[in-house]
Amino acid sequence: MFTLVGKWTEHWMSQVGGATQMVQSVLYWLAHARFEFKQFVQQSVVIGVESFAVTAMTSLFTGMVLALQGGNTIGNIFGDPIYVGTLVTFSLIRELGPVLTAVVIAGRAGAAVTAHIGTMAVTEQLDALHTLGTNPTRYLVIPRMAAFLLTVPILTVFSNVFGVFGGYLVAVYALDVPGEVYMTDVTAFMGVSDFMHGFLKSFIFGFLVATVCCYKGISTRGGAEGVGKSTTGAVVTCIVMILVLDYFLTAILTAFKI
Amino acid sequence: MIEIKHLKKTFGEREVLRDVNLTIPDGKVTTILGGSGTGKSTLIKCMMRLQNATSGQILVNGRDITKINDPIRLAVIRRHFGYLFQEGALFDSMTVGENVAFGLEYLTAIPKEDYPKIVKEKLAMVGLQPEVADLNPSELSGGMRKRVSLARVLAVSPKCILYDEPTTGLDPIMSDIISDLILEMKHKIGVTSVVITHDMRSAFKISDYIAFLYEGRIMLHGTPDEFRKTDNPYVRQFVDGSSHGPIQMKLRD
Repeated sequence: MFTLVGKWTEHWMSQVGGATQMVQSVLYWLAHARFEFKQFVQQSVVIGVESFAVTAMTSLFTGMVLALQGGNTIGNIFGDPIYVGTLVTFSLIRELGPVLTAVVIAGRAGAAVTAHIGTMAVTEQLDALHTLGTNPTRYLVIPRMAAFLLTVPILTVFSNVFGVFGGYLVAVYALDVPGEVYMTDVTAFMGVSDFMHGFLKSFIFGFLVATVCCYKGISTRGGAEGVGKSTTGAVVTCIVMILVLDYFLTAILTAFKI
Repeated sequence: MIEIKHLKKTFGEREVLRDVNLTIPDGKVTTILGGSGTGKSTLIKCMMRLQNATSGQILVNGRDITKINDPIRLAVIRRHFGYLFQEGALFDSMTVGENVAFGLEYLTAIPKEDYPKIVKEKLAMVGLQPEVADLNPSELSGGMRKRVSLARVLAVSPKCILYDEPTTGLDPIMSDIISDLILEMKHKIGVTSVVITHDMRSAFKISDYIAFLYEGRIMLHGTPDEFRKTDNPYVRQFVDGSSHGPIQMKLRD
């Protein structure tokens, strides 16, 4: 039992150490080499386009189910489904929008990034980058990291919009809440700090997904089986870490009144 | 000239290179022979600093490259070398032409307009038609992949090319074509070549010098003629490709 815990701890520490070294290398090459702008644009388009439909769909139905559950519960307690718009919007903007978007992007684009870099690792293409005057950090990791940092917050904003729209559909057509009332509830109690709360989370989740997925890709060993293991490992690690980090971020940001 | 002195490389407890001493003269082909898993690829990866030696020295024109840790200075040192990977290591997401031109952007100051001309030139050097430039690596045969990979190396004009098993997995005719290409590079552009191979026919054809790596040390270093005439039982067994001899006896112990 103790041996297992020891091995698990050792594995995690080495993973965290490796990822930290990669981030250090990212900072070094950001300062010492030209930014691969073309790669960044390509990756932003790929990550953004690939993940847009699935994040929109997820958020639309999350907004709908929030409105349905929230509206019915409030209706049972107070007699009328009041403040459905407020409930949906707060839940989405502060919590579910950033969390669900990051989880979906990790599963869709993050997995693709790990599989791509992992395949390059096991076929010596990463070594080939070193021999041709560049390196994996500069050519692969930095553009992908920048692309995640850009696209995760943008997709989160779209995700929030789709979620609020989903809530609107249920509130208006299933719960008989007037459209104007729903929209007034959406904006009535919303402050800049609520947007900042969600935005900061999405930015940090973007960094987390990029770091985990790129590191898992670069550290892939052992042929096709290794690529499969890394990809699964990257997605599972991202999902667990997003949910754990979300709690601590909420606690910290709330303490700072954000 | 490249001098390897007392080079040692370990992976955890496993000692792959114990005490390698080897001199590689400029403009010549030096072949490193040895059985599978004897550390031949590890040796040339240490020379390229794709792997770090545990101890010892690799002197390139008198300068010890094992002591360089600054990533930018390391990149400068790597410019000295070209590396032909065993499976080619072509970038799957790019066309053949983009693969061949890849190093030009990072290792030379050549304007981008000249890339197509250079790609055509280098593909011709390795006996490939210009139309190949538009193909994807997945559309190439094993021999073509190796030739494209060689064209990618040649595009950046390295002083020394490290070939990792260039004829492995190829039919005898294609192996001979690749051997001819290695010789052609030596004669045409005077490049220093370090070749790792199991292919004795190719080794005798291309080499100016041969080194036999066994149990982490260079057991014999000499000309192809010396290798043909040697009575060292280990080398004899390897050269003759015999299953009987001290190497197998050692494995059975």
